[in-house]
Amino acid sequence: MQHSYFDHNATTPVAPEVLETLVACLGQVYGNASSIHHFGQAAKQRLEAARRQVAALIHADAAEVVFTSGGTEADNLAVLGAVHAAPGRDKHVITTAIEHPAVLAACAELEREAVAVTRVRVGSSGVVNPDDVRSALRPATVLISVMHANNELGTIQPIVEISRIAREATVPLHVDGVQALGKIPVDVNALGADLYSMSGHKLYAPKGVGALYVRKGTRLVARAFGGHQERERRPGTENVPGAVALGAAAELAGRNLAAESERLAALRDRFENAVLGRISGAGINGARWSRTPNTSNLYFEGLDGEALVIALDLRGFAVSTGAACSSGAIAPSHVLTAIGLGADRARASMRFSLGRTNTAAEVDGLADALEASVAHLRRISVHA
Amino acid sequence: MSGGVDSSTVAALLVRQGRSVVGLTMQLWNQRRMPELAPDGPTGRCCSIDDVYDARRVAEQIGIPYYVVNFEEQFEEHVVKPFVADYLAGRTPIPCTLCNNYIKFDRFLEMADSVGAWQIATGHYARVRYHAGSGRYQLLRAVDPAKDQTYFLFGLTQQQLARTLFPLGEMAKPAVRDMARGFDLAVAEKGDSQEICFVPNGDYAAFLSAYLKETGVEDPRTRGAIVTTDGRELGQHQGVHHFTVGQRRGLGIATGEPLYGISTDPATQRVTVGGSENLWCGKFFARDVNWVSIAAPEAPVHASVKIRNKHQAADATLHPTSQPGRIEVVFAEPQRAVTPGQGAVFYDGDLVLGGGWIE
Repeated sequence: MQHSYFDHNATTPVAPEVLETLVACLGQVYGNASSIHHFGQAAKQRLEAARRQVAALIHADAAEVVFTSGGTEADNLAVLGAVHAAPGRDKHVITTAIEHPAVLAACAELEREAVAVTRVRVGSSGVVNPDDVRSALRPATVLISVMHANNELGTIQPIVEISRIAREATVPLHVDGVQALGKIPVDVNALGADLYSMSGHKLYAPKGVGALYVRKGTRLVARAFGGHQERERRPGTENVPGAVALGAAAELAGRNLAAESERLAALRDRFENAVLGRISGAGINGARWSRTPNTSNLYFEGLDGEALVIALDLRGFAVSTGAACSSGAIAPSHVLTAIGLGADRARASMRFSLGRTNTAAEVDGLADALEASVAHLRRISVHA
Repeated sequence: MSGGVDSSTVAALLVRQGRSVVGLTMQLWNQRRMPELAPDGPTGRCCSIDDVYDARRVAEQIGIPYYVVNFEEQFEEHVVKPFVADYLAGRTPIPCTLCNNYIKFDRFLEMADSVGAWQIATGHYARVRYHAGSGRYQLLRAVDPAKDQTYFLFGLTQQQLARTLFPLGEMAKPAVRDMARGFDLAVAEKGDSQEICFVPNGDYAAFLSAYLKETGVEDPRTRGAIVTTDGRELGQHQGVHHFTVGQRRGLGIATGEPLYGISTDPATQRVTVGGSENLWCGKFFARDVNWVSIAAPEAPVHASVKIRNKHQAADATLHPTSQPGRIEVVFAEPQRAVTPGQGAVFYDGDLVLGGGWIE
């Protein structure tokens, strides 16, 4: 059976150009980037070239990019590292109810250290209201952490407005950019972000590499100990092939961003128009405007999303209901709950996330399979 | 697919027979809840990460699509809550039967429909056959009497039986293990599961306390007096859920003669204890009776009746009452420890006629 992949917000395939660069690097560049000799220097050169490529994609200075093991580590380092670096004893953090667990769980860890945390609510649009961030500010606020684009809904958050509020209050702003990078233009200066998290495997690079942008002058302490690498922010021998792959992926993404965004948005709209036109009781979760171009979160009234994911997989279409838990079972999504969906509607919701290799024919096939599966599931639930 | 040897072998056998198979594991209970009950961590029991790992590995070995489906909400609603309520009312419940009725042969069959599967197969030891004369699907004991699980399956409906395969019903356990080895399954040497899956170490009282605490339900006052059958008060007990009919150890009282739990009275929370002669009972009523292999009888029927899983079925007559679904069971010889809340299953030889709940 032909399998089509519509789960790019979970992870992306490694781009052929990235794979080629990665394999060549793995084979040839084995020096330790901290070593003085020829081999170490060769590794260091590749590492720094990759850093420049990543910096270029987000309009940052190369010295502001810290390589990590991925998005989760970047988020943890940003949240824990910035709060621990802040002076004073009473500390307060503002984040939102729809953040990725890499941010929310780090905040929960801070609460155990007696740091106060405000999780700003969002309405049904899935977009944070900057005024709510402003009213959450306290004298003790030491960090604001808001994601750039939501992983489940694709909704883009008003980072520019929030960064203005942060700047006025002289509070650093962390932006989890994992789901935005490569999908929409990212300029950390225009956004006003002080910290910006990135993940390789959402950008057609392999798993196990990511990066954190740290604006010059932002106070951040390391969360791991043992070496001086990455300007004392992230110890451990550098993953040079991983960084090189991320660099190649960043360059590729920057080169194709405008055209690819437009293509994906057209495909996504084609898919949504087909589904909403042909399947009754279906609709979009969250705001239709201001989304990443590849993401579509839809609900199908009365259906069990879990059954629909399995039915579609057996027809050769890989989609997702939301975050998967450790054993692989599907747990209710905290994002859908946070935007006010009841248990039934959350259960009836699905995420379709398109990517570079998807074609119009695949999208049409998905819409057909979805129509057939929804009809089948509704037919049997009538008899049940 | 629980990740155990039985359901794994079933899946492999069906693949070998050339059927198109989809593997599902039901996630029923979050073992990370109430960590105080399992200080060594949530391993080695139903729905643990290890079991899902094993099931996934078997699915990979035999080359079938495999999914974990989450029925935690339904399991808590239909199995755990009634289990707790029964204990607090002084009954001794059997959650496995409720799980079979409401989850394994109900929600699971719905999921089969959803993915376009025509039949479901499980690793239960039991047999199903179609009887043309009566037009009914019949449930029969497994060939291996030591493994027979029909006691827990008396709630199955005709619609459920019509679409259920029990491939292990014809096999003895050692043969199943041999077959698993023959298929080179990764779980061939895995131990059998024993306890009720969501109660660690079989400690019901600890589970109940932890569950009530976690769900914020106030621990109902279930304390009361321990009295003997002739009316002497021996002391106070810590809750009716600590007692089971026929239980000898752990009554918390020291007397000369051996004493057994005889009955509990939910209204007064009074627990009656007495000598073993008081445990023998000649008849009882069963409610919510489900007739499996035969239609509901209108006249008395002879059967052998099993009143708990390890009970040796005893001869009895089943008398229909004026209330539908309620049967009076009259034993030929009195039986020991007829326990409210347990199932009573009616057999004719290997055939499961039906069963109900002991009042």
